[in-house]
Amino acid sequence: MRNIWTIAQKELRSYFYSPIAYVVLFIFLMVMGLLYSNIVAAVNQASMQMMRFQGGMGQFNPKEVIFRQSFGNMIIVLLLVMPLLTMRLFTEEKKMKTSELLFTSPITVFEIVFGKFLGALLLYLLMLVLTFYIPVLMASVTEISWKAVLSGYLGLLLCGGVFLAWGSLASSLTENQIISAVISFGFLLSLWIVGFMGQVFSDTPIGTLLSYLSLISHFENFTKGLIDTSDIAYAVGMIVLGLFVTYQVVDSQRWKS
Amino acid sequence: MIEVNHLTKQYGGVKAIDHVTFKVNKGEIVAFLGPNGAGKTTTMRIIAGFVPATSGTAVIAGFDVFEKPLEVKRRIGYLPEIPPLYSDMTVSEYLTFVAKLKQVASKEISPAVENVLNKCNLVSVKTRLIKNLSKGFQQRAGLAQALIHNPEVLILDEPTVGLDPHQIIEIRDLILNLAGEHTIILSTHILQEATALCQRVLIINEGHIVAEDTPERLSANLRKSEKVNLVIRRGSDEMINEIKMIPDVINVIVQSKEGGDIWNVMAEYPVGSDLREEIARIIVQKGAGLLELKAQTLSLEDIFLKLTQEEPANLNHGGAA
Repeated sequence: MRNIWTIAQKELRSYFYSPIAYVVLFIFLMVMGLLYSNIVAAVNQASMQMMRFQGGMGQFNPKEVIFRQSFGNMIIVLLLVMPLLTMRLFTEEKKMKTSELLFTSPITVFEIVFGKFLGALLLYLLMLVLTFYIPVLMASVTEISWKAVLSGYLGLLLCGGVFLAWGSLASSLTENQIISAVISFGFLLSLWIVGFMGQVFSDTPIGTLLSYLSLISHFENFTKGLIDTSDIAYAVGMIVLGLFVTYQVVDSQRWKS
Repeated sequence: MIEVNHLTKQYGGVKAIDHVTFKVNKGEIVAFLGPNGAGKTTTMRIIAGFVPATSGTAVIAGFDVFEKPLEVKRRIGYLPEIPPLYSDMTVSEYLTFVAKLKQVASKEISPAVENVLNKCNLVSVKTRLIKNLSKGFQQRAGLAQALIHNPEVLILDEPTVGLDPHQIIEIRDLILNLAGEHTIILSTHILQEATALCQRVLIINEGHIVAEDTPERLSANLRKSEKVNLVIRRGSDEMINEIKMIPDVINVIVQSKEGGDIWNVMAEYPVGSDLREEIARIIVQKGAGLLELKAQTLSLEDIFLKLTQEEPANLNHGGAA
């Protein structure tokens, strides 16, 4: 446990030693702020139009739309940002030859892999905490369902975990940060696209499988305020799978090096 | 302390090292000497537990590297050829991280860091970023890293490579100071370094250990005959013939005749029969003016060239002690 924490701490710090953490945090928060104000403006306009032409709001629930849109946007921004957090996890160690220090220290490969994942996850947690001003801002002007907000954030945390686990895998495969980032974009987009493919093949067993593998369908439940154990199991399973393959790759590279 | 048995490492079809066997006793400093690509780094990486061997065993302080890697890694300090430095950290941050990594107890971390900062002369740069340090300081930070948990065994891969002569002397002094407390294996392709630092030399070439002994004995074993160089003021063929007449003399060769009469002569006789006295007497009796008489010794450089260029097969028994 102490070893995992040593590695996690080092990773977390190195995000701040290099400007990566500041740049990613700044850009992420800026884009999220812009998107949020855009959604609020759009929803505002839509509800005014509805009131004028239909004389009422009917099924339209502006708060829910704002939440679901914001969470939906956040996950897309994360898809673009997360590979930047994971791209240097293993590439940098290999390139700077510091992997020789790690692998000759009394610490297991599992502890290295999990420690690095944990370090990235902690930075991600900080990113999420910093976006929390959005629901707080909304709560200051209207009543909101905190349960739905927390469920959405749980969804973000789990999805982010999946992104980071698969990003670690991408980073273990190469010595080049850019290649690593491109590979993880590929992984993350694939997790997205299998959902569309699932829709194309719907009603077949393959379609069901593809839809299950898709990240979107699981994430949408969280944004609706539904916490389903099968969604949690999916996310945890994907994290474990990503880290397990990373472990195998890192361990086998020592045989070749 | 270190026992390596028939260690073999194959990359694809190529054997990087082939049945390497040696032993290092506690407190000894042993040098791995060999040309680039001979297998020094591979052997050290296996002992340090960085890469697994294809076959063979390595036992360090009683623990097998393959069966008990964590026990071995606790007892080893390893400085790879490229020091494993995190360039964005300061020297003390880096050493603190390494101390945690090597499982130094929390309370002992800051004394341990202070201790290696002092030992490696890094106090003046401890708050500076590693990437801004000169190569010499970086190398010392690498050495400090290997020492931080006070390991029983130190494995240093080319510890003085890329340093200026002043820094080389500093690092060598540091290594000499560590001797006794620690068992040290270091690799180098600089010969005088091996002579200066080590009690024993392992010469490795193309994945094989071709010789293993003290530098002095290696030199003695490899000489097939004794040779003396003579400088004579008034050389003459008559005198050369007389030297040739001494029983046992194998050969006498006039190598050059400088500015008229000063002759450079080389006389050769079998190992074990010291004929220097005889030769000197003849020259002095002739009144030829003996200016210089010097026995040739095989420097480590010559041994190295001999061993790494000739067929390894006929040299194996020459050195293996």
